[in-house]
Amino acid sequence: MEHNLICIGCPLGCMMKVEVEEGQITTITGNTCKRGEAYAIKEVTSPTRLVTSTVKVEGGNLSMVSVKTKTDIPKNKIFDVMKSLQGISVKAPVHIGDVIISNAADTGVDIIATKQVKSVNL
Amino acid sequence: MKQLIYDIVIVGGGPAGLAAAIEALKEGVERILIIERDRELGGILNQCIHNGFGLHTFKEELTGPEYAQRFMEEVKEKHIEYKLNTMVMDITPNKVVTAMNTLEGMFEIEAKAIILAMGCRERSRGALNIPGYRPAGIFSAGTAQRFVNIEGYMPGREVVILGSGDIGLIMARRMTLEGAKVKVVAEIMQYSGGLKRNIVQCLDDYGIPLKLSHTVVEIKGKERVEGVTIAEVDKTGKPIEGTEEYYTCDTLLLSVGLIPENEVSKQIGVELSNVTSGPTVNESLETSVPGVFACGNVLHVHDLVDFVSEEAAQAGKNAAKYVKRVQKDLNTLDEELMHEILLIPTQGVRYTVPQTIRPECMEEEQVIRFRVGDVYRNRYVSVYFDNERVLHKKRPIVAPGEMENVYLKKEDILKYPELSQITIKLEED
Repeated sequence: MEHNLICIGCPLGCMMKVEVEEGQITTITGNTCKRGEAYAIKEVTSPTRLVTSTVKVEGGNLSMVSVKTKTDIPKNKIFDVMKSLQGISVKAPVHIGDVIISNAADTGVDIIATKQVKSVNL
Repeated sequence: MKQLIYDIVIVGGGPAGLAAAIEALKEGVERILIIERDRELGGILNQCIHNGFGLHTFKEELTGPEYAQRFMEEVKEKHIEYKLNTMVMDITPNKVVTAMNTLEGMFEIEAKAIILAMGCRERSRGALNIPGYRPAGIFSAGTAQRFVNIEGYMPGREVVILGSGDIGLIMARRMTLEGAKVKVVAEIMQYSGGLKRNIVQCLDDYGIPLKLSHTVVEIKGKERVEGVTIAEVDKTGKPIEGTEEYYTCDTLLLSVGLIPENEVSKQIGVELSNVTSGPTVNESLETSVPGVFACGNVLHVHDLVDFVSEEAAQAGKNAAKYVKRVQKDLNTLDEELMHEILLIPTQGVRYTVPQTIRPECMEEEQVIRFRVGDVYRNRYVSVYFDNERVLHKKRPIVAPGEMENVYLKKEDILKYPELSQITIKLEED
């Protein structure tokens, strides 16, 4: 199988071709440097992404708090992780690093807050 | 009217204003006031919830709010004063700031130095000349970003994006993750102004097509957007007949450029550059009005916040030095008579910041930031001191979307006492 990738290592944006036969990478072409090769291997074998979103806050000085997966998660789990955030709300106060959901969508990765929200007395 | 006195007033509490305040304090000036019109410090970083910030500054990858928090904490720890929900209405050339908020009404502040850190605005539909009605459902990408990330509202369900600036790309992904269908991103240029990383991770990852050399020629809908027609454009930007394609959608996002917000700067009488739309500045990031400094996106639009912080720190330091000179009552006339070198951008280089250098006021090393006007491969960035080439640096690629820089050393410049201009250009060999 052939994968076409654009390297994101630098503005050059090399167009790379990765040949995979029986689950093994056979050739990588189009890259200009070693970083491109490493990126291609990662993207073809186990692509990962950091996911960021927001959840509702109750009783806070702000109505939403931004969150992220603490580390990268497998790319094919992005929508499962987003689904796990549906309908979630948290109570103020919220601090950076607070765990919002632990082990989101069975990725083994927590979703944590990336912003501070103070509580306000209504 | 209430009268306040401060050494430095900083207009804007975003990344530029915060970094400038922290550095000015380090330089020994204590009476500093940051004025912010929003309800919190941090500026636009608060709505940039994605990651990718801080790689240069903190050597780790942060989200926008996390990056802002680090500077906000330092400002609070050091008891730097700030006023929220406060709008600067006017600044005179004598540095009297008129501001207002709902608690104090209108008040005046006398300042010894001013730092302009107001950031930029998005180019709006009005600047684009798209014919048609004015239905609901047309948003600038940044406005949509604020609705989704700060207010918690989705602007629509079926989206077309015009322009491939980074905010547009980021919003394509964000709205997709929240369940919207982003049908296409149309870019009138032959290349995208956005970062490669964003094209891959915000469009390709989700199968969103990017149509280069395409633009919106018609918006359908009277009360609400019902659809848009996109057509290919020729080299002059004119739509090519017969290439029209219709997309049904309820939302059109515009990500078509940013413009430094200089209304207040104009009131002061600060000279603006036609190219950057920001103030022209010298090596100290001081504008044409002595004691008024500028940094961040109000000076020129940046791609990376790390460089905003770095630039703002320099402005903060220089504003503090200026205040100390004024306090010692030193004659500033000497400074006005100083030898000034012009920086000339040419041959593919659109602008430089700063635009002038006074060698005597330089730091040991001075960064010159610049942008190129097109995508160029295998070029040299060259620096000429008058007619002599002093720097010749090979670059495999340069592009308008990526800010470039060169560093000039004070000792090198001082070797040329008669130097009148420094030219920065791209050369093929």
